[in-house]
This record gives sequence, C-alpha cells and structure tokens, in this order.
Amino acid sequence: MSRLSQQVVTLKIDGRDVGARSNETILEVAHENDINIPSLCSVEGLSVVGSCRLCLVEVRGTSELVSACSTYVREGMDIVTHSERLSHYRQTILSLFFSERNHLCAVCVSNNHCELQGQAQALGLSHVEVAYRYPQLPVDASHERFVIDHNRCILCTRCVRVCDEIERAHTWDVAGRGVQALVITDLNEPWGSSETCTSCGKCVQVCPTGALFEKGKAVAEMSRRRRFLPYLAKTKEKSS
Amino acid sequence: MSFLDLDERLIQIAEKASLVYSPLVDIKTFPDWVDLTLVEGAVSNMEDWEKIRNVRQHTHTLVSLGDCAITGNVPSMRNQFSANAVLERSYHENIELYPQIPRDMVPHLLARVRPVHEVVKVDVFIPGCPPPADAIFFALSELLEGRTPDLSAYTRFGS
Repeated sequence: MSRLSQQVVTLKIDGRDVGARSNETILEVAHENDINIPSLCSVEGLSVVGSCRLCLVEVRGTSELVSACSTYVREGMDIVTHSERLSHYRQTILSLFFSERNHLCAVCVSNNHCELQGQAQALGLSHVEVAYRYPQLPVDASHERFVIDHNRCILCTRCVRVCDEIERAHTWDVAGRGVQALVITDLNEPWGSSETCTSCGKCVQVCPTGALFEKGKAVAEMSRRRRFLPYLAKTKEKSS
Repeated sequence: MSFLDLDERLIQIAEKASLVYSPLVDIKTFPDWVDLTLVEGAVSNMEDWEKIRNVRQHTHTLVSLGDCAITGNVPSMRNQFSANAVLERSYHENIELYPQIPRDMVPHLLARVRPVHEVVKVDVFIPGCPPPADAIFFALSELLEGRTPDLSAYTRFGS
C-alpha cells in the first residue's frame, strides 16, 4: 500500500476506540496503544512472515482468526485480543514449539532471556500436553564467534530476514519442508566456511530463543541487543 | 533443597499439614491415602513407572514439582538415543576395566524418559529448575485452602 493512499481509520481493540493509519497492521496499532498481543516471529524493523501464529486475534463478525502481524486494520474493525479460545490456541501453539525440538530451558544459554520461555510464562503454559518428539539435530559451531543449535530453533526466520533485509548478505535461508525444515547458511554448508557471512552478528541479536548464540556464553548468559534494528531499518528505507 | 528454602514458612505449612511420606522417612511403603503428593523427577525406569502409578492410586491431588517432572528436562536428553545405545555408551565404550551392563538389582530403563503427566494424571504443575521457594509456598498455601494455584506470576520453565 503506497503512502499516498493511506487513510485514517477508526476501530476497536478489546472494546477500546483507537485511531490508526490504514497501512498499519493490527499488531502495530495494538502496540502503539499499549495493548499486548503475544508474538514470536514478528520483530520491529523486519518484514512480516506470520509464521508463528501466536498473534492470532478474533475479529467480530467473522469466525476465522487472523494473525495480527500480517493483517492491515480496516475501518470499523472490532478486534478481540484475549479470550478463552485464543488462550487455548496460543497455548497449543507454544506446546507444539516445545515438543517439536529439544528445548531445555534450565540448561540453555538464553534461560531468562528467551522469548519462547517468556511467552510460555505469560500465557500460563504450565506443562506441554503434546508428546515430545526428541529429534536428533545438529549443532554447528564452525563459525569463529557464533553457534547455531538447531535443537532450540523455532523457525521464526528472523535470522533469515535480518541477514537478507538489513545486512543484505542473505547467508541464511530455510531448507527442507515441514518437520524437516532447518535454517541453513549458504547452500547448507558449515557456517564457518560461509563466503557470504559478514560475521556482523545481527542474526544472533534477533534470535528469540537460544538457537543462535555467541561462543563463550554459559547458561542464562545470552542476552540480546536489538535496539539497532528499527534504526537500521529506517536508514535502509531512506536509502532505497 | 528448594523446598527447604521455604525456611521459617515450613512451620506455617507444618501447622496445617503432616508429612507422611518422603524418600527420606523410615516408612518404606506409600501410605493408603494421601491428600497431596509432590513428585519430582521424570519417569525414567520401571521402578519409577510402578512407583508413580502406585502414588497416583493413593493420592487425591498429585503435584508435578519442577521441570524434570513436568518436561523431562535434562534426564530426557537421552531420548534422542535408544536406551541400549545409552547403556552401551555408559558401561562399555567409556569403561576400560570389566565393561558390563548391569542387568540385575537395578531397574530396567524405559525406552524413553517421560514427564510424569504422560504416565499418570497430574493435577497441579509447579515449573522451574528449581521452582523458587516462593512458588512452592504459594502453591502449597493455595492447595491447603482448597484452591488451584495459578503460578505464572511465580515461576516458569527454566529459572
């Protein structure tokens, strides 16, 4: 949607009247108004993929749920961000994340800094009803400074997007489908021998879990710095 | 240990509840009927399996205490391999003197380490590694008053 055609719209979120521009998403408008909608794959400054589905919200008048990060606001929308139904779905989504790979919060570098762990607490997930899969997954520590541990990856593709859109290196991508999918560097080569990686570390800073981390970090030591991202995104926007 | 971190609050609990069984008391058999059982650790072998089924049968409210009981946590890291591969690794590959896999006197390993609620019905979950004393105290206080605790403000997976 071009900037010229944007209009001001009014809508309701959780019964509150809010104003917004028509080129904003439900998630953006909610955040501007201090209304919390849980999300994992979305991060300010990067494109939207809508893959994690955690930000699903109800729109009154339709029965289907929409993802707040990838849906533009419309005039007269009446949005519900928290309900029993949404809570059930969100807990199930989180359960699937936890069961899909080997997430061991207690011994993870990102313990206490992890968005998956944080969302589980915020959404009241006290245990996982889905059977754990316990897949055998590789850890690539060939890079001089960073490690990718696929056991903790939730395939949010933040690393893929930041590398492509901000660093413009496109070292990361996704290979395989469904449960076999993995993030890869270059053409599925060891990260350490990647010719495109600039070692900027942006992928490490945006990772929501402990999948990407700096070498030398022990349990609970991996905190992230992300404040650079909206700024760099704005700079890119201006220069392009 | 985290339970002992309740410190003087243990006395408040003791005024309302009596401790009838634990791995450290003299009595060896689980009592006929218990109002509340806290269970920690994952279900990893046949002994655990039989024990937790017996506990469930004789317990009104069963509480999974800590990440090992709730998620399998570190013990479940062996689930990426077969039980035989784990035994081989522990008792053959890394042993130089008389390598042998113990078959008698030790419980048979399950193929997979399981969270408690995959084996029996669990009523309340107190996550954390370990769960902080405040979470345990809040949970016990609520349960003793007949309420179901919402622990999300007190604890989570990990620490």
